[in-house]
Amino acid sequence: MIRLERRPEPSRAWTAATPILAVALTMLAGGALFAALGKDPVAAIRTIFWDPLFNEQFAAYSRPQLLVKAGPLILIAIGLSLGFRAGVWNIGAEGQYIIGAICGAGVALALYPAESALIFPAMVLAGALGGFLWAMIPAILKTRFNTNEILVSLLLVYVAEQLLASMALGAMRNPEGGGFPGSRNLQQYPSAHNPELLANTGMHWGVVAAFLAVIGAYVLLNRHITGFHIRLAGEAPKAARFAGVRPNALVVFCFGVSGALAGLAGLFEVSGPSGQISIDFNVGYGFTAIIVAFLGRLHPLGILLAGLLMALTYIGGELAQFMLGLPAAAIQAFQGMLLFFLLAVDVLTNYRVRLGRGEVAR
Amino acid sequence: MSDVLLSIEGLTKAYPGVLANDAVSFDIRKGEIHALLGENGAGKSTLVKMIYGLVRPDAGRMTLDGRPYAPASPHEARAAGVAMVFQHFSLFEALSVAENVALGMENPPPMRALAHRIREVSETYGLPLDPARVVGDLSAGERQRVEIIRCLLQEPRLLIMDEPTSVLTPQEVEILFATLRRLAGEGTSILYISHKLEEIRALCDRATILRLGRVVGRADPQALSARELAEMMVGQELMTPSRPPAPRGEVVLDVAALSLASPSPFGTSLKSVTMQVHAGEILGIGGVAGNGQDELLAALSGEMLAPADAIRLCGIEVGQLGPTARRRLGLLAAPEERLGHAAAPDMTLTENALMTGAVRQRLLNRGFVRWGAAREFACRIIERFDVRTPGPEHAARSLSGGNLQKFVIGREILQRPLALVVNQPTWGVDAAAAAAIRQALMDLAAEGAAVVVISQDLDELMEISDRFAALNEGRLSAPRPTAELTVDEIGLMMGGAHDMEVAHVAG
Repeated sequence: MIRLERRPEPSRAWTAATPILAVALTMLAGGALFAALGKDPVAAIRTIFWDPLFNEQFAAYSRPQLLVKAGPLILIAIGLSLGFRAGVWNIGAEGQYIIGAICGAGVALALYPAESALIFPAMVLAGALGGFLWAMIPAILKTRFNTNEILVSLLLVYVAEQLLASMALGAMRNPEGGGFPGSRNLQQYPSAHNPELLANTGMHWGVVAAFLAVIGAYVLLNRHITGFHIRLAGEAPKAARFAGVRPNALVVFCFGVSGALAGLAGLFEVSGPSGQISIDFNVGYGFTAIIVAFLGRLHPLGILLAGLLMALTYIGGELAQFMLGLPAAAIQAFQGMLLFFLLAVDVLTNYRVRLGRGEVAR
Repeated sequence: MSDVLLSIEGLTKAYPGVLANDAVSFDIRKGEIHALLGENGAGKSTLVKMIYGLVRPDAGRMTLDGRPYAPASPHEARAAGVAMVFQHFSLFEALSVAENVALGMENPPPMRALAHRIREVSETYGLPLDPARVVGDLSAGERQRVEIIRCLLQEPRLLIMDEPTSVLTPQEVEILFATLRRLAGEGTSILYISHKLEEIRALCDRATILRLGRVVGRADPQALSARELAEMMVGQELMTPSRPPAPRGEVVLDVAALSLASPSPFGTSLKSVTMQVHAGEILGIGGVAGNGQDELLAALSGEMLAPADAIRLCGIEVGQLGPTARRRLGLLAAPEERLGHAAAPDMTLTENALMTGAVRQRLLNRGFVRWGAAREFACRIIERFDVRTPGPEHAARSLSGGNLQKFVIGREILQRPLALVVNQPTWGVDAAAAAAIRQALMDLAAEGAAVVVISQDLDELMEISDRFAALNEGRLSAPRPTAELTVDEIGLMMGGAHDMEVAHVAG
């Protein structure tokens, strides 16, 4: 019989080892899945994890994609992780991402075709502010009327999507676009363009912002009393109140930061890799970032690694679909396995496994 | 052939990492009240669980009335005539007394007959109880009667009582004791588990003392003093807390007509609580659990806000201030629940020291934590209050209850409060740690702080407090000097009065 026994303290060794173990288990189980689909499991795993970075033929295209995809994931996940640590559940980062993009692009489109070095900074501010304000809706509804922030923030995603469609078809449609939906392409508007900073790296201002967010979150959580209060509120809410944490202030703070960061991610995307406001502008970064946040154990450095890993499986997954003819559903199942195994082996941090017969007092 | 009912020989039970019972042997005679005495963690619960069939022993055997006895389940134990009243009741609040009793029986008779039986038994044993009443409306003492009557209807030969008096007023305790004596007189054996020494001296014929899973003594509790019993239980000499008499100073903490609705639907609202605590004084607040203790602590700590002028610290209105602002002024608190309220279980002791010490210990620099200073503060607490832990980087939950409590109380005391409010400072704490905590509270008062101790342990309050008041349904009685109070008066203050008129117990 196998029993789980609670450890007196979380094991440090296992905290570090579980992500690696989870990736290894995912490779095994994923390999079995691919084998069952009649594909060579070793080739499939190599295509997902190795080829995007090192294959001579594809790496030139896919390597920059790694940062392009990981940037917004990390930026959003860092913001979400603060709230998740405190027990504040912002599920609507996708909506805040869209609103940030609309607000930032709105500034650029309003000023077009003026050229100024101040335009891009103004767009950054507008993007952050848009995400912040969109996040304030669930935050204030929660603190004033005790509504459920999970539901409100999630449903606001769909509102934001409608707004996005309306913008792409109406107010922000490119007057010179021949009637097609979608705004002007900001990549062709120098003052508003968020360019690749180093050629063939995928590095743009959004990636820089993501790295800064990682550092900022690390300092906040480990050195500042606000970060301490966030962790305290998540681990022991009653103790937090006793320590003097005001729960409502914490809700507003966590929603505000995560909303602003998601808005920034949207702005950097719309002014850079994507280039324009279009109906299908959002591709689910806001939801995937939730997975990234947990995959990174809500720790800033973990999120950095998890964001890169998640981006890799996306790029590698596309490559595997294209090269090996793996179905898209198999790739999604593979990504799901990763999260599943991570959460499953997480048990080992707080429990130890004991073999043998045992009786437990009722 | 003999007068022994239950004989226990070499009972052993090991759990991972601990030997809960190590070759425990003793006899319970017919018709005796036998005390099982020991600190928390001494192995009392494991032992009675084995007798009641909840846990199977690893080794050893039991004999009931000359026949081998090895119950595989509580069902078998009940069939053999062993009944148990647990410390925590298992009653359905929405059902009536009779329905609750019926649910616990193997073959309940028709409801009308059962109600009749309940009335009969309750009158015989002086436990007044109306079978038609809904359990949700009953006091803790009355609920316990339901459990006892449920056991008595099975006509047990051995009745096990696990810490039965922790929820009772002194008057209710007297009624219970009279019932138990009467039962014993009729030949029922009673195994009485407690760590309250005075009770055991008053009630029990013999005592078996457990320490760390072993029998360390057998005694006639009536022949020994409480102190001697305690020292057998703890295995070391106990120091009695003491302090030099100090003059009473100015009013430090002034609570005036504080009324506050409880945020929880099951809580107790505070109703016009008034008290003045002077510098150098300990005010003891007694009362049965659930009469507003948690709410009073929350109102004083700042977790619940009150009208500004309802609470004053040295004349400053603090009712509208949150916990941090109150700490800055010198009003500190330590709640009852150690893990999750007074301390964060998974955080280190350093982080827990920072939790309430940030302001007064200057552990922040423009909002940034001075971790070195926080660690130093944690180390000072550990050293000053003899907290047994390998170091401040260990999680709070890895400490034993007594050690964590010393840490929590020490954390507040070392911040040199003007006024300190503690709730149940020694609950579930071993005797040596409890004595150390009481001494620390008395030292704090001697240094001129105003101390409020909320507790359900009357012996503790009598020992350390200068004045005593009782909380009853959210109302605080007028504080009175402890020295001139009798147990009966304390009981009346605690609200035991409403049971007095029915306490006519024969014998």
